[in-house]
Amino acid sequence: MNFEAISTEIFILVLSLFAIVMDLVLPKNESRKSIGGVLVFALTGWVLYMFSMYTPEAAVADGSANTRYFMDMMYIVDNYSLFFKQLFMVATIFTLLFSMDYMQTVLRYKGEFYALLMTALLGMCVLASANDFLTAFIGLELMTISFYILVGARISSVNSSEAAVKYLVVGSVSTAIMLYGISLIYGSTGTVQFYEMFRNQHLFTTAGLAGATMIMIGFFFKLSVIPFHMWAPDVYQGAPTPITAMLAMGSKAAGIAAFMRVIYVAFPLIGFYWLPILAVLSAVCMIGGNIMAIRQNDVKRMLAYSSIAQAGYMMVGMVSADYPGMKAVMFYGMLYVFANVGAFTALSVVEQQRGGSDYKSLAGLAKSAPVLAAVMTISLLSMAGIPPTAGFAGKLYLFTSVVNQGYLWLAFVGFIMSMISVYYYLQVAKAMYLTEGDGKELHISGAVRAAAVLSVIATILFGVWPEKLAELTNLAAYTFLQ
Amino acid sequence: MTSFPLLSAVLLAPICAAVILCFVSPKAAQSVRVIAASAMTVALALTLYAFFNYDMTAGGMQFTESIPWIKDLGVHYALGVDGISLPMLLLTDLIGLAAVYSSWNITNRPKEFYILLMILIAGVTGTFIATDLFIFLLCYEVVVIPIYIMVIIWGSTKRVSKEYAGMKLTIYLLMGSAFMLVGVVALYLTVGDVVGFRTFDMQALAVAGQNGLLSEEFQIFAFLLLLLGFGSLLSMFPFHSWSPDGYAGAPTAVSMIHAGVLKKIGGYGLIRLGLLVLPLGARFWAPVIAALAIINVMYAAYIALAQKDLKYVIGYSSVSHMGYVLLGFACLNVVSVSGAVANMVAHGVMSALFFSMIGFVYEKTHMRSVTELRGLAHQMPRVATGFMLAGMASLGLPGLIGFIPEFTIFVGSFSVYPAFAILAISGIIFTALYTLRVLAKVLFGPRDSKFDRYKDARGVEMMPLVILGIALVGFGIFPQVLMGMVGSGTEQLMPLLDRIAEVPGFIGGIR
Repeated sequence: MNFEAISTEIFILVLSLFAIVMDLVLPKNESRKSIGGVLVFALTGWVLYMFSMYTPEAAVADGSANTRYFMDMMYIVDNYSLFFKQLFMVATIFTLLFSMDYMQTVLRYKGEFYALLMTALLGMCVLASANDFLTAFIGLELMTISFYILVGARISSVNSSEAAVKYLVVGSVSTAIMLYGISLIYGSTGTVQFYEMFRNQHLFTTAGLAGATMIMIGFFFKLSVIPFHMWAPDVYQGAPTPITAMLAMGSKAAGIAAFMRVIYVAFPLIGFYWLPILAVLSAVCMIGGNIMAIRQNDVKRMLAYSSIAQAGYMMVGMVSADYPGMKAVMFYGMLYVFANVGAFTALSVVEQQRGGSDYKSLAGLAKSAPVLAAVMTISLLSMAGIPPTAGFAGKLYLFTSVVNQGYLWLAFVGFIMSMISVYYYLQVAKAMYLTEGDGKELHISGAVRAAAVLSVIATILFGVWPEKLAELTNLAAYTFLQ
Repeated sequence: MTSFPLLSAVLLAPICAAVILCFVSPKAAQSVRVIAASAMTVALALTLYAFFNYDMTAGGMQFTESIPWIKDLGVHYALGVDGISLPMLLLTDLIGLAAVYSSWNITNRPKEFYILLMILIAGVTGTFIATDLFIFLLCYEVVVIPIYIMVIIWGSTKRVSKEYAGMKLTIYLLMGSAFMLVGVVALYLTVGDVVGFRTFDMQALAVAGQNGLLSEEFQIFAFLLLLLGFGSLLSMFPFHSWSPDGYAGAPTAVSMIHAGVLKKIGGYGLIRLGLLVLPLGARFWAPVIAALAIINVMYAAYIALAQKDLKYVIGYSSVSHMGYVLLGFACLNVVSVSGAVANMVAHGVMSALFFSMIGFVYEKTHMRSVTELRGLAHQMPRVATGFMLAGMASLGLPGLIGFIPEFTIFVGSFSVYPAFAILAISGIIFTALYTLRVLAKVLFGPRDSKFDRYKDARGVEMMPLVILGIALVGFGIFPQVLMGMVGSGTEQLMPLLDRIAEVPGFIGGIR
């Protein structure tokens, strides 16, 4: 039993328990922000430590590195999973930074928030490392069930409860479909392990293919791919803003991490079935998500549709099904985290202090909180892929990889739709800069300011000079396909 | 010892100013203006140094810098200027400095305005000096968003609302650039496949394109995509309609920079990428471009005749002038291409001066209509001088900057498309008509006492007139300063242009 391989997961579990214990120990009316502060420091330290866990490229190339497994290949710790775990943790750190104030004023049960956020993070990490369908399923459920509760955490709000119930129902349906798929696959191939499934000829039977289809549909629900997206706008709108942010960046990236491992490790030989479907669905997501986002009045809803479009962009990278494509997806996933942090930081401050997240609540933000307005604008432009933000470099990676595989039409759709997306992102800028608000200064705490400024620095740095992130994603993607 | 990174300094001057401005108090409006003006003065001084120290006999890229930037994409942070980009760079900094002075009287949020203006100028500068396609694209698209924000906050609503104008401008340019990006990605990958390594270096791309490594079909396809992108930026018919609306809605400084230099990125890109990298594609589409160019010249001039708003007159006039640039490009010989490049500079200076003067009059009187303004020369003789200089240059009066470039284009195009050349020359008559009509109505005629309370430009307000006026007259009297520089750049195209002259175009072998 190589417990060292799962040290990250053990660490997060301990943090979760720590949050529960702290919540019990602290007096009832004392602020719970201290828990958040401890978690931020602990996670930041661990993210930095994780850089030492990467297997160097040379060691993978000559085969001298032995991949770390836990529990007989059930659980794999490779560069790919390490990268995604770092991504989830960075997302969580930023969410904690900008949500501490929000949670303190909006939520009734504050300590539980931190504990549940950690279990959700644990679920994501398990998903990234899962090497068989059952482990993946456990990770998925751990993450999703934590999110069911977190989405409904604003118990005084009808929207929040509605969102939680809706998420629960749709999530359960998708879970059921996926579980049925897994049982079909197990029935026809006799294994749930990814590597063993790879060469199993029984996968080509009707039952095997049906199972594979259902598993993919299950993932499409999680990634809110059109036509399995109906839950996303309501859930995004109803959930507390920091949780919406986590759904958009963490939950989605976790789904992508597991999905890529499934399609590239378990199902590559049936690729000629799913590749065209993936290509069409990514185009549908890019077109549908961007078009529907135009008509929204609520910025959170708009961001929900925009996240559907973003899923489409990332699927473009998966369609290319080679290592530049994977690398592009990972690169894009990381910069999408920073873009989301910027947008949701501003949004959560607005929602907390002005009581809404529609375009009207954003009015005059450029005057009352110029830093947040600038951060929001730059972050949204990064989602649209306008240089010098990281979104441009990310889209260039995605589309060069897919054009290289001969899908020129996808690049056309992608570039044109991302230019259309600028229209609704600029509506936000217009609301903030043009219209006059009440002119009252918003209170911005140091942690919120730090989250906003750091995310924007990252967005611009990775846009102008993506070298370091590109190296890291190259390492992760390259060693994955060895 | 490494040489001083001159071009980086030119690029960094406005960026540094933008960063410094972020930390200046919003109430210290004068500090904000002075910082912006100093940054642009530094940039202009360095550019002038480069301009007069460029070795014309050697030609090619000079003042080059190159640092490996993104290894897995093959991107270098590479800068350099040659005889084509150096005049454009000079134009950028001239107009940039003039634009800073034209915005001197902005009282609404001056800090944000100047930050955005500096980003805008930095973006344009970067586009002209980048020799790496990635850096070029980075800077190319940086400019769009600041413009949108500047238009909706500081713009003016007359015939169309400023929100509409800003969004129209943004969407047109972004849609164009979407096609261009697809073209660039396809080009990047195809060249990467043929030469064996991925590179964004424009020189390497050009070598691949000129040595027949790219198939003719691919060149034709890729050039079309680039043409859609650069053509809409250059307000080529039928993608021109953003231009008059956009200029009318935009604040003075944005109109100046947009009409003066930003548009020219379209023409510059067509030469730098379209002609140098995809010569066969350029040859194939040249007749189409020439035909569209004539529509630009005639149609836009015709519409300009009927306009009442001064900004619309100049907006359509700039569309019309871009027709000459396109015609010069489409003729694909050294003379006409030199004319096209020089005409971009000439039009940049005069349209910027025009917009600056209109902006000044509008700021004082809040009127831009040809029917309302009259006899301004009585009250504002200095402004009237500016109007006259710009107007006369626009209709190509010898001795001013506009004459030699236009003349060169006509000389170059006559041998290639004689019919088009004659039509284009006749377009000058329309230009003279609308320019003289507007100038006569607005400047001359009896004194109108309702304008008596407005003061003429003085002090700092004179700066745009002085800066652009010197360029306008200087390059007019000494055209060789400009034409020599442009010629040293276009001379390098000679062998390439000779080679593709025999290749059949869109309408077969007829030239």
